[in-house]
Amino acid sequence: MSERIGVYVCHCGTNIAGKVNIDEVVRFAEGLAGVELVRDYKFMCSDPGQAMIQKDIEGDLIDRVVVASCSPLMHENTFRKVCERCGVNPYLFTMANIREQCSWVHVDMGDSTAKAKALIAAAVSRTKFLEPLPKREVSINPRTLVIGGGIAGIQAALDLAEAGKEVVLVEREPSIGGHMAKFDKTFPTLDCSACILTPRMVQVGQHPNIKLMTYAELDEVNGYVGNFTVRVRNKARYVDPELCNGCGMCWEKCPGTRVPRKGNVHEKLSLGPTTSIYMPFMQAVPAVPVIDSGTCLYFQKGKCRVCESVCERTAIKYDMEDTFEEFEVGNIIIATGFRTFDPRVIKRYGYGALPNVMTSLDFEIMNCAAGSTSGAILMADGSEPKSIGIVHCVGSRDKHYNEHCSRVCCMYALKYAHLIKEKTNAEVFDFYIDMRCFGKGYEEFYDRLLGEDVRFVRGKVAEVSNVPVNVVEEGKLVISVEDTLVGVVRRVPVDMVVLCTGLESSVGLAEVATMCNVSVGKDGFIIEKHPKLGPVSTATDGVFIAGACQSPKDIPDTVAQASAASSAVLSMITRGMIEIESATAEINEKKCSGCRICNNLCPYLAITFDREKGVSVINEALCKGCGTCVAACPSNAIKAKHFANEQIFAEIEGLLSV
Amino acid sequence: MKYTYYPGCSVGATANLYQDSINVVAPKVGVELEELQDWNCCGATAYMSVKELMSFAISARNLALAEPFHRDVVTPCSACYLVLNKTNHYFAEYPELRKKLGKALEAGGLSYSGNIRVRHLLDVFVNDVGPERLSELATKKLAGLRVAPYYGCQIVRPEEGFDDPDEPESMDRLIEAIGATCVEYPMKAKCCGASLMGTQEKLALKLCRELLANAVRADAHCIVTLCPLCQMNLDVYQPKVNGLFRTKFNIPVIYFTQLIGLSLGIPPRELGLHRLAVKMTKQMKDVLKGA
Repeated sequence: MSERIGVYVCHCGTNIAGKVNIDEVVRFAEGLAGVELVRDYKFMCSDPGQAMIQKDIEGDLIDRVVVASCSPLMHENTFRKVCERCGVNPYLFTMANIREQCSWVHVDMGDSTAKAKALIAAAVSRTKFLEPLPKREVSINPRTLVIGGGIAGIQAALDLAEAGKEVVLVEREPSIGGHMAKFDKTFPTLDCSACILTPRMVQVGQHPNIKLMTYAELDEVNGYVGNFTVRVRNKARYVDPELCNGCGMCWEKCPGTRVPRKGNVHEKLSLGPTTSIYMPFMQAVPAVPVIDSGTCLYFQKGKCRVCESVCERTAIKYDMEDTFEEFEVGNIIIATGFRTFDPRVIKRYGYGALPNVMTSLDFEIMNCAAGSTSGAILMADGSEPKSIGIVHCVGSRDKHYNEHCSRVCCMYALKYAHLIKEKTNAEVFDFYIDMRCFGKGYEEFYDRLLGEDVRFVRGKVAEVSNVPVNVVEEGKLVISVEDTLVGVVRRVPVDMVVLCTGLESSVGLAEVATMCNVSVGKDGFIIEKHPKLGPVSTATDGVFIAGACQSPKDIPDTVAQASAASSAVLSMITRGMIEIESATAEINEKKCSGCRICNNLCPYLAITFDREKGVSVINEALCKGCGTCVAACPSNAIKAKHFANEQIFAEIEGLLSV
Repeated sequence: MKYTYYPGCSVGATANLYQDSINVVAPKVGVELEELQDWNCCGATAYMSVKELMSFAISARNLALAEPFHRDVVTPCSACYLVLNKTNHYFAEYPELRKKLGKALEAGGLSYSGNIRVRHLLDVFVNDVGPERLSELATKKLAGLRVAPYYGCQIVRPEEGFDDPDEPESMDRLIEAIGATCVEYPMKAKCCGASLMGTQEKLALKLCRELLANAVRADAHCIVTLCPLCQMNLDVYQPKVNGLFRTKFNIPVIYFTQLIGLSLGIPPRELGLHRLAVKMTKQMKDVLKGA
C-alpha cells in the first residue's frame, strides 16, 4: 500500500492521558501497517496541535490523517478543515474517539489503554480504504419559518423581517400573543404586559415581510438545511379574514356559550367573549373571530345562523374547510413555548375538587384588567378574600411529576403577593421551598416584598383540605405545611389558594420535533446543540429554537434567545451557501436490477426510478447518506460513500486485530 | 381461588371480630385461605424502627415458610401487609441485606428467593372476587346505609400498592356494589394515630376525633375499615375521645368483611358484630332492617 498515514494522539490535558498510557499507544501505532509517523500532543485541537498536522502534510511526509482524541461531534470538523487547508481531501481523515468512548468510561488504565489501541488500529485500517469525496454545497433559501406566535416567535419574526428577510409565522391559536397576552403585569418591574406586547403583535400583523398564519398547524416538513419544504394546515375558522373587519357584532349577538355564563366567578374566567364565535382576547392579531364548532348551535343543532345574519360584510362561511398550503424556507425556528402543569393529578392540593383553589394561569387571567373580573381578585362566590395562600413548586422540583425547576414561579408568586396586597386587604401567605430570584432586579423585588407584610413560610405544602379541626378553620381551606425554618408543622387556614403550577413543554411539541428532526429530552423540552455554546441551534442544521420549547424561561431570557436564534438564521442567510456532508449513497447501474425496493424506503424521498434505463437513481441533493437503501438492496448495487463495505470491514478487522 | 393466609397477631386477639367475619365470608365468596403453619409475628411497624435487621429477618421467615406453596400470601392486617411488602422490597433492592437475611434464614434451615407476592385481603376482594361478583352474591342489598369508607394510612403507602395513596377508592366500589352509599369522606387515608395510642395517647385521641367528627359530619351510619389497629382505636377508644374532648360520638366502626357479611345475609353474631365496643346503633339497625 502506498498510503502514508499520520497518527496524532491527543492527551486532552489529563482527560485522556490520565487514563490512557500515551507512550504505549504511540509505540503501538508506530507498528501499524501504513503508518508513516505517530505524534502526540497535549491538545491536538489547539493551534500548535493543528500546526503539527499541517507541517507533516506540507512536508509531504503523510497524505492521510488519523487523530485519536475526542468524539467526532466535538472536533471532526476542526481536523477536516486542517486537511482541506493543506490540500488533503477532508474525507481522507478519520477520528478515533479515545475520550468519550474510552478514557472517560473506563476505571482501569490497562483496559482503557488496550481499548485506545484497538480504536486506533481500526481507524488506521479504515483510513487506508478511504476515498476522496467532492465538496457539496447548497444554497440557502432566505425565507424562514417560525413555529409559534408567542413572544419568542414574535421577537424572532420581527428581527428577521426588520432585516429585510421574509418570514412565515405559524400559530395554532386564533391569535398570536401566546401566554404573555394573558398576563396583566410582568415581574419584577410590574410593567403592563399588554402595553409592551400589543404594539409588537400589531407590527407582526402589518409587516410586509411577515406572512402570518394563525389558527394553522405545521403538517409536514421535508428537505434539509437551506431547502425545506413545509406544509401547513389552515384550520377552518368559519370566518373569512379577508372580509371580516372585527366589528364584534357577531359575538355580541351569538347565543352559543363556549365559557359557561352561569358558573361562579372562577368558572367564568375569560379574557375574550364567552360566546361560541369569539376572539381569544380583545387585542387579538389578526382581529378576526373564529367559531368554536364544538359549542356553536349551528354546528351542533343545525340551526341558528345568527352571526351570519348580523354580519354586514358576509364574512361568516359555515362551509369553510381545512386547507393546506405548501411553501419553501431555508431555516426553521421552533418557538412553541410551554403549557402549565395540570395540578389535578396532585389530589392532595384539591384543584378541581375544592372551590377557591386556583392555578396560576387562572389567577393571571383574573388579574388581567381585560378579563371577566376586570382585574379584581375575587373568590368563587364573588366576595373579596381575606387571606390567600400561594403555593410554590406545584409539579416542579418534584420527582413524581417534573424534576426540573420551572424558573419563573418564584418570581410570579412574588408578583401575585404584591398584586394581592395592592388590590385587596387580604393577608398573604407564600409557601416556598427555596426562593430563586436569579435575574436582574429579581432579588431586589423579593427584598421589596419582604417589606410588604407578606408571610413567607419555607416548606413544601403537604395538603390543601377543607376539613376543619377547630372553629377557626371552619369554612376555610387549610394548608398543611412543615415550616422548615422553625421546625414545626403548621395548619394555615385561608380563603383562597393559588397553585404555582410549573412549566412543561407545549402540547404537540413532540410531533413538531419529529417533523423537524430534532430530539426531545426526558424533561420534554427540545435538546439544544450544546448546553453552553449552542443554546439556539439543534443537531439538525437549519433548525433553531427559541424560548420555552428549550426549557422554562422568563420573558427577558425568551426574548434574548429569540433574537439569538434570528441572528443565527441571518448569518446562514447572509452566507448564502452551506457545505453539506459528501457521504451520500451511489447506485451502480450495472448491478441494479430495477427491483425498486429502495424507492419507497428512502426517508428523504431521494430515490426515483429511471424507466428508460430500468434502474433506480439517487438525487444527491436530497440524499443524507443514512444507508437505509444500502442495507436493503438485494443486489448489493448501492454503495454508501465514506461507509463502503471494504471500509467498514477494514475497520472491524483493525478493531479485532489487537 | 386459594391463598396462603397470614393472619397476623391482631386478628387472634383485639381483632377477633375481624377473624370471625373472615371465617364465614371468605368461603362464601370463593376465597380459600389456607393458614401458614408456624407463622410468627411480623414485628409490626414499631419494631421496624427499633431493630430494623431483626424485623426484616422475622418477616422474611414468614415469606420463606410460604414460598414452597407458590401462592400469594394474603393478610387482613395493614401493618402486616406493609411490613411483609417492605421486607420483599428491601430483599430485592439491597444485595447486602439480602445476604444477611439469607444467613439468618439458613440458621433456621430456611431459604427465600424473593418470589412471593404479599397482598391485603381487600386487594383480593376487590381485584380477584370483584364488585360485580359481590353484587351478584349479595342477597340483601344494604340500600340506605351511609358508610364512611376508612382505609387508614398503611394500606395505601408507599404508593406502589393497588390503590391511590391520597384518594383510595377500591373499597368504595365494594361498598357501592352491595347497595350501600359511600359518604364524602376526605379523611379516608389519614392516620388514626396507630400505636401512638400506647405512647402519646392524647395525640392519637385527637387524630381519632377528627376521623370520627368527619364521619358524623358527613351523616354516616358507620365507619367501615380494613385495619385491626384503626378499628380498635376508633371503636374501643371512642368513649375516651368523648371524655377528653367532651364530644358525644356514638358511631359503630366495623370491618369491610362484616359489612359484606351483612349483605350476604349472615347473622350479625356470626360476623362478630356483637363484639363491637360501640354497638350498632338503633338507626343503623333500622336501616339494615328496612334494606
